[in-house]
Amino acid sequence: MLGLNKKDATLLIVVAALTLCAPFILNPFPTGSAMAQFNAGYPDLMQRFIIFGIFAIGFNILFGLTGYLSFGHAAFLGVGSYSAVWIFKLFTYNVIPAITLSVVVAAIFSLFIGFVSLRRSGIYFSILTLAFAQMSFALAYSVLSNPKFNLTNGETGLQVYADDPQWFHRDSLPDLPHLFGLSMRSTYSLELGAWRFDFNAGYYLCAVILMIVFYLAIRIFRSPFGMMLRAVKSNQQRMNYTGLNTRPYTLAAFVISGMYAGLAGGLMAAMDPLAGAERMQWTASGEVVLMTILGGTGTLIGPVLGAGFIKYFENIFSKINDTVLHNWFAFLPDGIEDFVVFIVHPFIGKGWHLTLGLLFMLVVIFLPGGLVEGGQRIGRLLKGKKKAPDSEDPEHHPKETPHVAE
Amino acid sequence: MDALLLQILNGLDKGSAYALIALGLTLIFGTLGVVNFAHGALFMIGAFCAVTVQRFLNLSFETIDETQKDFLGNPLKVKTPYVESWFGPDLGAGIIDWSVPLAILFAIPIMVLVGFVMERGLIKHFYKREHADQILVTFGLAIVLQEVVKYFFGANPIQTPEPNMLRGSVDLGMMVGFQANAIIYPIWRLVYFFFAIGIIGGVFAFLQFTTFGMVVRAGMADRETVGLLGINIDRRFTIMFGVASAVAGLAGVMYGPLNPPNYHMGMDFLVLSFVVVVVGGMGSLPGAVLAGFLLGILESFASTTWATTTIPGINQIIIYLVAIIILLTRPRGLMGRKGVMED
Amino acid sequence: MGILDVKNVNKNFGGLKALSNVNLSVRENTVHAIIGPNGAGKSTLLNCLVGKLIPDTGSVMFDGKSVLGRSPYEINQMGISRVFQTPEIFGDLTVMENMMIPIFARRDGAFRMHAYESVANESGIIERAEQVLEDMNMADKRHMHAAAMSRGDKRRLEIGMCLSQEPRLLLLDEPTAGMARADTNNTIDLLKQIKEERDITIAIIEHDMHVVFSLADRITVLAQGTPLVEDDPQNIKGNPKVREAYLGESA
Repeated sequence: MLGLNKKDATLLIVVAALTLCAPFILNPFPTGSAMAQFNAGYPDLMQRFIIFGIFAIGFNILFGLTGYLSFGHAAFLGVGSYSAVWIFKLFTYNVIPAITLSVVVAAIFSLFIGFVSLRRSGIYFSILTLAFAQMSFALAYSVLSNPKFNLTNGETGLQVYADDPQWFHRDSLPDLPHLFGLSMRSTYSLELGAWRFDFNAGYYLCAVILMIVFYLAIRIFRSPFGMMLRAVKSNQQRMNYTGLNTRPYTLAAFVISGMYAGLAGGLMAAMDPLAGAERMQWTASGEVVLMTILGGTGTLIGPVLGAGFIKYFENIFSKINDTVLHNWFAFLPDGIEDFVVFIVHPFIGKGWHLTLGLLFMLVVIFLPGGLVEGGQRIGRLLKGKKKAPDSEDPEHHPKETPHVAE
Repeated sequence: MDALLLQILNGLDKGSAYALIALGLTLIFGTLGVVNFAHGALFMIGAFCAVTVQRFLNLSFETIDETQKDFLGNPLKVKTPYVESWFGPDLGAGIIDWSVPLAILFAIPIMVLVGFVMERGLIKHFYKREHADQILVTFGLAIVLQEVVKYFFGANPIQTPEPNMLRGSVDLGMMVGFQANAIIYPIWRLVYFFFAIGIIGGVFAFLQFTTFGMVVRAGMADRETVGLLGINIDRRFTIMFGVASAVAGLAGVMYGPLNPPNYHMGMDFLVLSFVVVVVGGMGSLPGAVLAGFLLGILESFASTTWATTTIPGINQIIIYLVAIIILLTRPRGLMGRKGVMED
Repeated sequence: MGILDVKNVNKNFGGLKALSNVNLSVRENTVHAIIGPNGAGKSTLLNCLVGKLIPDTGSVMFDGKSVLGRSPYEINQMGISRVFQTPEIFGDLTVMENMMIPIFARRDGAFRMHAYESVANESGIIERAEQVLEDMNMADKRHMHAAAMSRGDKRRLEIGMCLSQEPRLLLLDEPTAGMARADTNNTIDLLKQIKEERDITIAIIEHDMHVVFSLADRITVLAQGTPLVEDDPQNIKGNPKVREAYLGESA
């Protein structure tokens, strides 16, 4: 199907089914029940799942395949958001031109940064991208936001004001990002007994785009180009002495992943017409690294899983507070209940980042292959410790000898 | 001339902090070959050692002073720090006043211990892993340490003032023959600078003149050969990790009065310190120190009104800009050694 | 005129003369061995041939074109393939993939953005790779991870990868260094077979005299950065200068 082998086609279909049915899957608990807090099927959060999924898929094309660890990809996401908001301000709230421009601008931006950063590799590359991203952040935060030349609107963030030109805007169109008149915020709610499911236009736009870019990612992974990228990760010296120029390969991967980031940024602005500099900060770059690693570096589905996992738990953990905890552990004797709540307390609510950091360390230490590898291990255990048969699929082979791409 | 000197001086305090953190980073990288993203967190922990000491010294008990009345006519409750009751009000108050310098004594063992635990407990297991993994696990650790500190001390900056005696400024210009008020310089910045110089000198002397240091330097140059000599290089490297941790921590302790510590100060400094290390040359200790001061001074020049009106915000991007230019023209950095982290 | 002509090449490192006035000519379809004691400049010479180092003076011509100033990948595209002292292969990839990459490189050049095609559809490349694997007696290992193989197999794979490109000149840098006797003999047999079956020029740098005399048609002896003699193997054995500089040392 679509030029994919059976396994990849199945994967694509599963991903498509999951994204399309997400409003059902993510809302398994009746509204108003005690468990409803674990529901994630509201538009805002589902959009974030998808957008960060796209971001991570793109990042994985660079990091997972070539091994070049960029600490600056948030810059491309930010650039994408700014471009989209500018389209909203100047021309129209239609999301198609906005998203297109975000991808194009991110591509140009990443071409420039990649061209410079890829002259070095290994840790130097990481630090160069980090420096570029921090510079972009500083540029967006203050340098490009002054009375003479205000491109980013600094701390406040770039947004659409009533006196912006919006040349192609007509009164019949919604006063919010829309797709040929269909507002991104329009949501159809389906009530089924105690359950409620939200179908949001913006979410489905994101979902369709995710499926397209996920398909493209599969194509890249299975292409000769993808094989060359894995070869770069494995042994650059051999690449060079085999007559292959590694620079354009890595640069192409860098730009592609930059475009994915720009697309994510554009979508973010399309869902909520606002762009702020904090999106470009290096901690935001760290977050996408985290999603990719947590899900499984170099695997197709891993980054999507990682993004969903982190965004879901970020949301849930942030909502839990001591009262909720006391309810959960009410069955315990009083003293123990208080003790347990006391122990758990630092990790919830505002302590989500602590949990995240710990999780990150645990994954890097014990499960370098991420959730995907974890799943495979469990699968193997269930199958009765039979060794998985050799296949040509590289992602199912945990690496035996790490080879640093330096 | 005096304006020039003033800007150089203004760059010294940040430069000192960069140099101290970069020195530790380079020590760890040079000896253990590990890229430590949690090094900024050590700086931050150092700063919070000072906060802790200050809080301990200010622990008080309440007494009711019958001789004084509050505005309602009730006897006044007076808080007396324990220290004052132990050492008498004068000495006690003095001790509290000097809490930041005193925190050094507390910070050294704590930081060395933190360093040991970090190296033995975590970093040790990552020597043979890819650099990417090292970056990632230490990045995770940095987040954890930062969040733990935030949990205990809150998100807001905490004032850790310098001793009364060292508050205020001196007219440095007058001392060297300029006219009065040309170069007014805060005393604590001078203290910080000389403190940094002292530590840097100490580390270099330690590496230069002790046998321990000689072995470590030899190990940095060629680990395998030194290993072949039957010298247990790993244990020495662990100790160097403790030293690097202490250096970062002390840099943090003394930095408090310049900028009230908050939980994310480590991350803020870390990125710049990495840039400093790379500019100085990966694995070169003098390079790290030199680049630290150079970039600190450069940043101070870029912060002048003249610079910021010409190019708004130049002070915030100058370091990155310079780093990018240097990395591209001198890939090894200012004083990088051949063969360290090369392609 | 040979296929590879090295003329008056000099290379200094600081004050150290690594190569002085090296002249060398490798004739087409021969096996030319370059031998010499440690520090004779063999590796420096090799690195000058493949673009890793640029000589201070002199010229290196391959098939009438200068290789100087070109990067390793360009020189490879001219038709020179190199085998390393320790096998350089793509350890994370399967044996089959290892074999396909050089064939892609020969067909598509140094870079091609074939990101939308599928590897599975490249039947021409796959067939060719399978054929080379067959020739190398490695067909049964095609799904193995390259890093998991024995050193001898890695060497075999690397040679196969080079041969799959049908190079005009194959450079071998101490191909049996650090190998067990059995592996060494296997490698010699493999190289002999290649020499007999193909029209190929081989330049080999070697320490092991057994290997050299089993394979070489022509030998250049390098000592202290300069060629001592160039002659046929039987004459080299009896040459007193060589004995003194090289064989004498090891005897």
